[in-house]
Amino acid sequence: MKILVIAEHDNKKIKPSTLCTISAGLKINENIEMLIFSDGSQDIVSDAQKISGLKKVTLIKHEIFKSQIAEDITKALTGFLESGEYTHILAPSTTFGKNLLPRISAHLDVQQISDIMNVLDHETFERPIYAGNAVCKLKSKDKIKVITVRGTCFEPCKKESENTVEVIDSSLTFDGKVNFVKHELSESDRPELTAAKIVISGGRGMQNGDNFKLLEGIADKLGAAIGASRAAVDAGFVPNDWQVGQTGKIVAPDLYIAVGISGAIQHIAGIKDSKFIVAINKDEEAPIFKFSDYGLVGDLFEVLPALEQKL
Amino acid sequence: MKALVCVKRVIDYNVKIRVKADKTGVETENVKMSMNPFDEIAVEEAVKMKEKGILNEIVVLSIGSESSGETIRSGLAMGGDRGILVKTTNDLEPLNVAKVISKIVEKENPEIIIMGKQAIDDDSNQTGQMLAQICKLPQATFASKVEKNGERFEVTREIDGGLETISVELPCIITTDLRLNEPRYASLPNIMKAKQKKIEQIDVGSFGLNLENRLEIIEVNDPPERKPGIMVQDVEELIGKLKSEAKVLS
Ligand SMILES: Cc1cc2nc3c(=O)[nH]c(=O)nc-3n(C[C@H](O)[C@H](O)[C@H](O)COP(=O)(O)OP(=O)(O)OC[C@H]3O[C@@H](n4cnc5c(N)ncnc54)[C@H](O)[C@@H]3O)c2cc1C
Repeated sequence: MKILVIAEHDNKKIKPSTLCTISAGLKINENIEMLIFSDGSQDIVSDAQKISGLKKVTLIKHEIFKSQIAEDITKALTGFLESGEYTHILAPSTTFGKNLLPRISAHLDVQQISDIMNVLDHETFERPIYAGNAVCKLKSKDKIKVITVRGTCFEPCKKESENTVEVIDSSLTFDGKVNFVKHELSESDRPELTAAKIVISGGRGMQNGDNFKLLEGIADKLGAAIGASRAAVDAGFVPNDWQVGQTGKIVAPDLYIAVGISGAIQHIAGIKDSKFIVAINKDEEAPIFKFSDYGLVGDLFEVLPALEQKL
Repeated sequence: MKALVCVKRVIDYNVKIRVKADKTGVETENVKMSMNPFDEIAVEEAVKMKEKGILNEIVVLSIGSESSGETIRSGLAMGGDRGILVKTTNDLEPLNVAKVISKIVEKENPEIIIMGKQAIDDDSNQTGQMLAQICKLPQATFASKVEKNGERFEVTREIDGGLETISVELPCIITTDLRLNEPRYASLPNIMKAKQKKIEQIDVGSFGLNLENRLEIIEVNDPPERKPGIMVQDVEELIGKLKSEAKVLS
């Protein structure tokens, strides 16, 4: 058995979800390698050197990988895989991994297994279906297993190693059917939603974007990330990438605080692996209270300032 | 220009699903079925493009049993021109779905193929990307904005850290995210009109594909239940519990 993890990075650091993917891989087998596509920035190399648990790290270097276009990576990756020695190909179940891996899977003519939550053995896995309202245990009959990993279900691996990173200069040419135009990324000093220990989210009950300041004060005190329900995002209160839920981010912090969120199944799908859930809602019948460990019925405009002050 | 829109019939998103007692799957008998919400967004986007004059024909495709014909029919009521139903009684995995769609792409030669980024039943998020690989076409997944720019499309994609804009050559595959548009309700006259529109039926066997499933479902279970929680009276009690009981605050 030999496992290949495709690394996700932002040209500076390997993303935490990749570290969780490595941990999932280690549950399959210890013979595990990591592959990076990048323009070869020194930051990435130094970061990759530290990651524990890897037998080998390879970096395929090309200008074009500064933007991580699926078609470009697919071309280089399918070439790399020609040796045919890998039995498992893993990537994080982030928009990066979701965008890329099905192409690799189709290229290899195997059925991808999306978003695994658990590794039972090298061919048996658990994954959520119906927004996590059911869990499917399945066995893959394919020779090569192509898998995306739900990061919140696995602890990130450590960064205590001194790997050598083998850099391969790629001389491939690309067809330009897809060109990168621009990124509009949210800048924030707060922890990433999917990696934060504490998350506080606001819903439609927040009424407008300005009122999210009430959450910011608390988030600052707790070192928390801020999230939102779809209703809050759709109403334009906060950016799209704050959305938590079935179709937004899946989070599993130690503490999740839902403020002015009713608790629709699609929202619950994204939070129910949290260790503790706190719900603050003025409607005592709100479904969110069925999922919360601690519920507080009250007007958020009174509760939040009191909470910030008392923390 | 022609669009192929792929739609899947799924359990309605408002239904609280139940896992079958024998653990082979979830209960689908007597359960309300609807078009996958992401596919509705795909149909809407195609209809909008047609209204803008970018498209002149919208073909709505579904793969499934006879009843998937109803799902196609709702796409036609929203503004699709004709339908194709590829008939099968098996639950096809995404790879096989992509293979079947690729056969329709060969036959129809659409310039643009639009579908939901995921189906809300198995949440795989694979078919569009697999189809792109099989047909050697460029993909623009998780689209929240699509604009024609000369001979190409400029597509804004929802990614984890924010938004990414890419430019793709035609023909291409677009998968839709929630904020691309708000699907319209079909009007009664349009529902009536849709009844006259043609739906071609093709038997899946006619493609000569090997569509054997690769994943064996061992069992389907309820997710682990959360223990019931308690209500607290005020902020002091809440902070107290978080410190002493949950130990998540110090
Ligand atoms: C295909 C699909 C995918 C979806 N994906 C997601 C997803 O990923 N994430 C997601 O969140 N949703 C998702 N949704 C939407 C979901 O169904 C709900 O519509 C949404 O979660 C509702 O958001 P909300 O709880 O903020 O708003 P509402 O349901 O309107 O709830 C607002 C709550 O705020 C409370 N409130 C109002 N004022 C106050 C106050 N002053 N003080 C205290 N409480 C107050 C109200 O009592 C109410 O409970 C999806 C839907 C579909 C169809």
